[in-house]
Amino acid sequence: MNLHQITIEKLHEALIKKQLSSVEVTNYFLNRIDISKHLNAFIDVQPELSLEQAKQADQLLAQGNKGMLTGIPIAHKDVFVTKGWKSTAASKMLGNYQSPFDATVVEKLGILGSGMVCLGKTNMDEFAMGSSNENSAFGPALNPWDSDFVPGGSSGGSAVAVAAGLTMAATGTDTGGSIRQPAAFCGITGIKPTYGRVSRYGMIAYASSLDQAGPMAKTASECAWLMNAIAGKDPRDSTSIERENEDFTRLLATNWDSANSNPSQPLKGLKIGVPKEFFAKGLNHEVKLAIEKALQQFETLGATCVEVSLPKTELSIPVYYVLAPAEASSNLSRYDGVRYGYRSEKYKDLAQMYTHSRTEGFGAEVKRRILVGAYVLSQGYYDAYYLQAQKIRRIIAQDFQTAFNQCDLLMGPVAPDVAWKIGEKSKDPIAMYLEDIFTLSANLAGLPAMSVPCGFNQSGLPIGLQIIGNYFKEAEMLQVADYFQTATEWHLKQPLQNAVGEKS
Amino acid sequence: MNTEEITHLAKLSSLKVPENEIQALSEALESILQLANQLQSIDTIGIEPLFHPIEMITPLMQPLRPDQVTELNQRAANMANAPAQFEGLFLVPKVID
Amino acid sequence: MSQIEWEVVIGLETHAQLMTKSKIFSGASIAFGASPNEQACAVDLALPGTLPVLNEEAVNHAIRFGLAIGSEVAPMSVFARKNYFYPDLPKGYQISQFSLPVVVGGKIMIEVNGQAKEIQLTRAHLEEDAGKSLHDDFAGPHGESSSGIDLNRAGTPLLEIVTEPVMRSASEAVAYAKELHALVMWIGICDGNMQEGSFRCDANVSVRPKGQEKYGTRCEIKNLNSFKFLEEAIHYEVRRQIELIEDGGRVIQETRLYDPDKMETRSMRSKEDAQDYRYFPDPDLLPLLISKERIDGIRSLMPALPKELREEWQNTFGLSSYDTGLLTQDKALANFFIEVLTLIDLDMAKPAANLMAGEFASAMNKENLSANLAPVRPIHMAELLKRTKDGTISNKIAKEIFSQIWELGLNASSRKEIIQLDGLVDQIIDQKGLRQISDLGAIEKIIDQVLIENPKSVEEYRSGKEKAFNALVGQIMKASKGKANPGQVNTLLKQKLA
Repeated sequence: MNLHQITIEKLHEALIKKQLSSVEVTNYFLNRIDISKHLNAFIDVQPELSLEQAKQADQLLAQGNKGMLTGIPIAHKDVFVTKGWKSTAASKMLGNYQSPFDATVVEKLGILGSGMVCLGKTNMDEFAMGSSNENSAFGPALNPWDSDFVPGGSSGGSAVAVAAGLTMAATGTDTGGSIRQPAAFCGITGIKPTYGRVSRYGMIAYASSLDQAGPMAKTASECAWLMNAIAGKDPRDSTSIERENEDFTRLLATNWDSANSNPSQPLKGLKIGVPKEFFAKGLNHEVKLAIEKALQQFETLGATCVEVSLPKTELSIPVYYVLAPAEASSNLSRYDGVRYGYRSEKYKDLAQMYTHSRTEGFGAEVKRRILVGAYVLSQGYYDAYYLQAQKIRRIIAQDFQTAFNQCDLLMGPVAPDVAWKIGEKSKDPIAMYLEDIFTLSANLAGLPAMSVPCGFNQSGLPIGLQIIGNYFKEAEMLQVADYFQTATEWHLKQPLQNAVGEKS
Repeated sequence: MNTEEITHLAKLSSLKVPENEIQALSEALESILQLANQLQSIDTIGIEPLFHPIEMITPLMQPLRPDQVTELNQRAANMANAPAQFEGLFLVPKVID
Repeated sequence: MSQIEWEVVIGLETHAQLMTKSKIFSGASIAFGASPNEQACAVDLALPGTLPVLNEEAVNHAIRFGLAIGSEVAPMSVFARKNYFYPDLPKGYQISQFSLPVVVGGKIMIEVNGQAKEIQLTRAHLEEDAGKSLHDDFAGPHGESSSGIDLNRAGTPLLEIVTEPVMRSASEAVAYAKELHALVMWIGICDGNMQEGSFRCDANVSVRPKGQEKYGTRCEIKNLNSFKFLEEAIHYEVRRQIELIEDGGRVIQETRLYDPDKMETRSMRSKEDAQDYRYFPDPDLLPLLISKERIDGIRSLMPALPKELREEWQNTFGLSSYDTGLLTQDKALANFFIEVLTLIDLDMAKPAANLMAGEFASAMNKENLSANLAPVRPIHMAELLKRTKDGTISNKIAKEIFSQIWELGLNASSRKEIIQLDGLVDQIIDQKGLRQISDLGAIEKIIDQVLIENPKSVEEYRSGKEKAFNALVGQIMKASKGKANPGQVNTLLKQKLA
């Protein structure tokens, strides 16, 4: 059995039936990771630690533990702090940092929670700032579909690891599209939950009111199982929301309208809103075609499409690039070389120790955003920039509610393009910011949003379909995505250029 | 953005911008701020800022933690990453008040 | 010689550490005196990924303060980040409150040289304390001269209390500081220990020509942790500013420190440039909502304030301003008196006040004790007062018994036994036979005996010397071992000598 080609559900069955052990599974993936180093998906791998956890998982299984995720391997974006593995946020500033505690997400998925085995920490854009994984202090991760191309970011390493079959699933974080876009660029599935669903405790902070953690895997149903494990209020995160326990798999394989009994039209009654601003000029033609085809597929499944409007779509870019750097500039002030992290070798006094450590420790994009953030918060500019952006943010959130009055879910492209060549956009930061145009709004409004593979361009680079739901509608989104994945095979494709050069 | 403004921002952020990078940085920041200036043309009179997105979902109310000591002495683990320490203190170049 | 008459303008900002068990945003202890960094948890150290969660009791203390000063407790207040870099500030920002503080307005009454004055408060807000820098010379990793940073104090809850600039002299400032100090201890939100840094004042001082409306440029003198230093620092600063202006210079707005050895203020070099703190609402904390229910609940459990008690006791019992002032000097003493009042008939209130203001106060001062640790308990006071009122003992004997109980209590190995011993007064009266002699027959016998033994005094009295009367009374009291009822002795003696 090629383990990297099956789903978590199938692997779970095999483990329960004792067809193989978690140790065997873990070794399988550690081996694949080892021979895929050129993809640079991982920052820290500690085989001994992973196998230690696998042994514990096997014990759990032997004791009769039947959890879906027990003994299943997972990789964590290096933005989550972990005991044992380094936690670097892909920055020189935390290049050797060892956290004394695990992030809540890591705890919940881990061996004492859902019983998963950690394979290591994945590559990312430094401090989650970026859309290509080129801003990493440890070098870019490479798109396994074509290693000349970026995998997307900031959760690039996690997307690569899943797409190249180096892990069964991975965690990512999404502040402006950082789960959805790399998922789209690498042809995998990923979901950013409603803000407040998942604890941010132990997530190295970038922009506090925008950051959310979410699962990345090959399929929507696997994401649903992972959501079950990570969602929930955490008393250590004041912004996490109290909600009744929810089973995100509960709607899988059930019709959209329970009164409907037509099996060939399971999504009858589903109204899909298609924001016209997502199809304005500038959208890559092949992406447009793939999305339209996907929408037709949903209609075949019984859904109807209706045009809606999100008028401030373009404005979401300046709103985000004022708010995120502002919060980041403050969140990153703790990196000063005093209590942990990088401290410069040369300084003549305290002020220089701070300045040299931070200047040497942070990469260029991080420093740019810190300066922008300082600017928009500074005396005289706060009202015109920061406050104004927060007000427009409310308008954007309200516009979504207007749209949801006319539909159940919104669908459109994840990004205006497919993956670009490494180095192609890194000269001009604005060029990359503009690529975030379709994903930023959901973060600003706090809405759940996901990416589902829906095609390839002529060169074989993946294209992703974005689904945006209203607050707390993750189960519905996963239900709909799952039907799409039952009717299509995009999500089953794996890159030829994967680790062992196998054909998929 | 002129050199003075950049130097001021850098000082506020405890960053140093080498002379030879100021020009490029200035251009980059300038174009980002031009992007941000698009915000000015929007009429937001009567609109409250949305500091917390969950305000759209639920009334905002900071949860309160009962006043109990729940963290015990973990000094060794917490200070394991310290670049410089002595007898339980973090060391920094002398602070002159 | 200066031609201008100067007016001094002072506003005070006070940081009071709130009496909670744990920190304002983390569950680490705030107990004083721990080894460095043993009470600095991951959140306090600002380790990557940590987040703040607000301590309920800190909020309750803020509400208590707001109620005590008659201010408005904000139904909604917001935490904001104050951004600046300093090694004792782990996050690189302090979580504080900016535009929307938890308490707005309020006032505190002071008295200077017999003159009452109302000090208006602008606001009070919650924030976290910073850590401490130890400036002993440590050797850094490259041998460089280094300071040691202890973050135990980082995250301790503070209430920052700000006045309007309405004080006009160092005396007013000190009077206010003392009133505020007593108040925060009275309502139980701060232990007031200035040596340990629980209560720190910053003074904003400026001068202007008398009659000028515009304020002069002010300087902030930080971290004054004694009333003496507060007074000295203000005096110095006022002189410094006036001299500077009269010499043709301008006062620069800056932060200064007071050097108590040199008795002068000096500029803080490290905070020279005007800082842009870039305040913005903390995205990790939601707005603090305080319900009317919470406020009402706290109000119902608040102790009566000193002023209220003084007025009540003056009006109800006719106690003097001096006595009520003394009795409300600290909460323990006031509570003691309140308990005594519950145990006696209320027409004994005045004698009770006298006993407390007299014997009790001086005994306590001698031992430097707080009323709740006094060896004499309210029940004993009540019994003494009862027995005095019903004539069982005289005032003089009552004072003796008081001293005896006090000594007993001080020397007791187990204070608890003494404290729980009600009926102790009667026990002592019986054991030592201190019952006042009020039997007229018995007294007459003693008087007759004394008159026989003191013919000289009798003769002197009869020849007009009033003093001789007192001498005879003295002898009678001596003969009765102090137990004769003084009133009856007086009456009977007068009769017999007539």
